[in-house]
Amino acid sequence: MTSNATNPMATTCYPPAASGLTYNPYAPRNVWNRAMNLLAALFATIAVLPLVVVTLYVLYKGGGAITPAIFTELPPAPGLSEPMGMGNAIIGTAMVTGGAALVAIPVGVGGGIYLAEVARKGWFAQSIRFGVNVLAGVPSIICGLFIYALVVNTRILWGESFSALAGSLALAVLMLPTIVKTTDEGLKLVPQELRMGALGIGASRFVTITRVVLPAAVSPIATGVVLGIARAAGETAPLIFTALFSPFWPDWASGWGLLAPTATLSVQIYNFGIMPFEPQVQLAWAASFILVVMILAANLLARWLAHFSAS
Amino acid sequence: MFTHKKRPWTERLVDHTFIRMTAVLASVVSLTVFGIFFTVGFQAVFQGDLSSLLPWHPDSIWQGIAAWNDEETFGVRWGAIPHFGLGFLADSSWNPVRNDYGALTPIYGTLMTSALALLLAVPLGVGTAIFLTEDFLPQKLRTTIGFMVELLAAIPSVVLGLWAMAMLNGFLAAFTPLHTHLGWLPVFGTEPGGPNLAMASLILVVMLLPIITAVSRDSLNQVPPELRQGAYAVGATRWTSIFQVLIPAAVSGIVGGAMLALGRALGETMAVTMIIGNSTNLSASWFSPSSTIASLLANQFGEADDIQVSALYYAALVLMILTFLVNICAQVIVKRLALKYD
Amino acid sequence: MTPSIADAIISCDNVTVNYGAFAAVRNIFLDIPRHKVTAFIGPSGCGKSTVLRCFNRMNDLIESFSMKGKVLFHGQDLYGPRVDPVEVRRRIGMVFQKPNPFPKTIYENIAFGARINGFKGDMDELVETSLRRAAVWDECKDKLQESGLSLSGGQQQRLCIARAIAVEPEVILMDEPCSALDPISTLKVEETLHALKKNFTIVIVTHNMQQAVRVSDMTAFYNAVDMEGSDGMVGYLAEYNETREIFNNPKSKDTEEYVTGRFG
Ligand SMILES: Nc1ncnc2c1ncn2[C@@H]1O[C@H](COP(=O)(O)OP(=O)(O)OP(=O)(O)O)[C@@H](O)[C@H]1O
Ligand SMILES: [Mg+2]
Repeated sequence: MTSNATNPMATTCYPPAASGLTYNPYAPRNVWNRAMNLLAALFATIAVLPLVVVTLYVLYKGGGAITPAIFTELPPAPGLSEPMGMGNAIIGTAMVTGGAALVAIPVGVGGGIYLAEVARKGWFAQSIRFGVNVLAGVPSIICGLFIYALVVNTRILWGESFSALAGSLALAVLMLPTIVKTTDEGLKLVPQELRMGALGIGASRFVTITRVVLPAAVSPIATGVVLGIARAAGETAPLIFTALFSPFWPDWASGWGLLAPTATLSVQIYNFGIMPFEPQVQLAWAASFILVVMILAANLLARWLAHFSAS
Repeated sequence: MFTHKKRPWTERLVDHTFIRMTAVLASVVSLTVFGIFFTVGFQAVFQGDLSSLLPWHPDSIWQGIAAWNDEETFGVRWGAIPHFGLGFLADSSWNPVRNDYGALTPIYGTLMTSALALLLAVPLGVGTAIFLTEDFLPQKLRTTIGFMVELLAAIPSVVLGLWAMAMLNGFLAAFTPLHTHLGWLPVFGTEPGGPNLAMASLILVVMLLPIITAVSRDSLNQVPPELRQGAYAVGATRWTSIFQVLIPAAVSGIVGGAMLALGRALGETMAVTMIIGNSTNLSASWFSPSSTIASLLANQFGEADDIQVSALYYAALVLMILTFLVNICAQVIVKRLALKYD
Repeated sequence: MTPSIADAIISCDNVTVNYGAFAAVRNIFLDIPRHKVTAFIGPSGCGKSTVLRCFNRMNDLIESFSMKGKVLFHGQDLYGPRVDPVEVRRRIGMVFQKPNPFPKTIYENIAFGARINGFKGDMDELVETSLRRAAVWDECKDKLQESGLSLSGGQQQRLCIARAIAVEPEVILMDEPCSALDPISTLKVEETLHALKKNFTIVIVTHNMQQAVRVSDMTAFYNAVDMEGSDGMVGYLAEYNETREIFNNPKSKDTEEYVTGRFG
């Protein structure tokens, strides 16, 4: 220290400041700092790179394969190159994902309401929270095996085995924890005063929750639900043993198409992507294109919803 | 004056029913978890479908158990767990022809791909998170990059798998020098010639990055800014503060995020199935085809029957227990190490 | 209005600070004397912390911050193009309003700064002397290996003071160091300040008039006014003099009203 001479009490053991306050670019710590800055920038670049590369590649390979026929025709038989369509898979994805949402949203929102509004504490609520966390960690292929054993193998659904409905159930199991969690967290953001206000004028809990609290939390819940649906739409593993696949249009005679094996975009990517036939591989890319565009759109929508709620 | 001074019984009924119903819906979650464990466990112990649990079913397991000794007529069709016992976990032969099953290869593949992926993804993800919480770039740009990394998590695994298949040759070319120069190491011991374990690990890295980055960024953002000021005030440089103060303060979140990612890696199915080669031969080399439990299920379940189905459920049970333990650890770590600072 | 100070260690030469488009303080001229205690007083939001943070470039952490003018330390411009802010902070330490011990052991809280400053010597001894000088040794000598967060708020603040003096800066900046402390701890910290004055230059922000009188040699009174062409209040240095003069014989009416508690 420079002030050492006039500083009798200090037992100085620090190296003298060599060059005053000037930045010394060769000091080890400054070299180390610059190296780490570079490394962090490099890591961030590597982290963003896959998104850019995958997205561009899918848009390029898949976008080129998009024709009007994609939406109106069926896929070709192996070895043929006509017709080039996957209308059945597009409808199938909508059916299976929509069915899953119809099952998972009421159950998930109801469960979330229970956790946030009815029983915040207590062993039962705790055990359900634990269950939600465990379910969120269950690998998606196991959801598929579970529904296979429960529904497909036992033919419990009107004697049918593989079906769109079974696929919906598998995806619903997958979506359930996300929806419970977002509902629970969304409701917790609602200020306590709002509840007190409603209860204070003599409203029942039912009215308080459904008319006051839930509307106040609708935007974070909607955000979570949109993201949950988008994720489910891209899931493959739970569907390969439940909804299976089908090269045909949905069999409307069989429970409005819900009780027959059904094609979905994600399973089509898997089935066709590993085939040795070029038309099939091309359809796999087209399906990837549609899925990726849909999922990116859903994410932007969710962001917009979140933004909407913030303002 | 007020006709509703005393609440009408209908209103009370609605209220009670509603509250009860939410409780019932909430218990669906717990029931599902229980159902999954029970079903997978059941199928691993018994052959035959769940309906054989019903006493009046023609193949009811209860009749079988009652007629324990009369194996010829009513014998219980025991599944994989009674057949193979714990030896299943240490046996590397998976032989549908001789109906002899052991899950060592897929268990090894699961653990090895996940470990490799985590080893790469944690530094990358935490580094990215640091980059996004420091002031290297303007706030706007950082938010955009963060959003892009999150979007990566939204890309379906099957699409990543398709992309990886298309990129396979490029990656094989990148692996080849490792084999030619470091081939004496067992892990690089085979010529990279097709889908392999290393490829699957790399795809897992891509899938884990967004999770680790997002969780680490959130925990770094939650470190009170006063800590950084305190470190700077005693003359710490940026990176000294990061390594010695900020990361230790955020460590619970970071480790929790890594465990969460590990759980995801263990159960990740589609991308891995498409790129790992699905071989059930045990090999020390990362450049040989291999399999994970999830890829084994995706690949073989459709064509399996009898004891093979049960063996697959046994493997699924192992996977579930693994992910369950990892997720429990993640939660405990987050709670235990959480910094109490206000 | 600024008294001539022979032995100035830090001087502000027409310092103006903006946060984005918002002007926080304007046209500050100020000399901080060496080995004395200088107090900053003034109403909330008039820019005391802002000026203080300029002295060790802590404002660099705020993205919207920008500054005009010069801050001289030993005659050298702290905001010069080739100055290393890390070097600056090693010689000008800081204690914050809210206690902010690191989430490490008490021992490590002290040793951390010493180590990164290249301390060569007996670390145990340094930890003990620093804690003693910050008047907190007795309370934590038996739990040096426990987390710094396990101490009470007042003890944490004295730990932070110990942490600051352990690296032996020339100047210690203190931003309302006693605002979270009880009267007893406050008195202990004030005693510490008296002892530290021999070796360090201290600048302290305080809202407590008695404290300013008790501990400081010089006092700077800041005030804020509505200035033409800017939204919100802009801070400025209203009066700067020996503490005795400020409190007994203030030149401006605002100062008098503020120090006698009739302000606003
Ligand atoms: N990080 C910041 N970004 C934008 N404006 C800021 C920031 N910090 C302070 N300001 C503004 O600058 C002005 C001066 O703030 P400063 O904290 O220096 O006041 P102060 O005199 O220390 O007040 P107090 O006595 O309450 O601590 C205030 O109007 C404040 O709103
Ligand atoms: Mg202040």
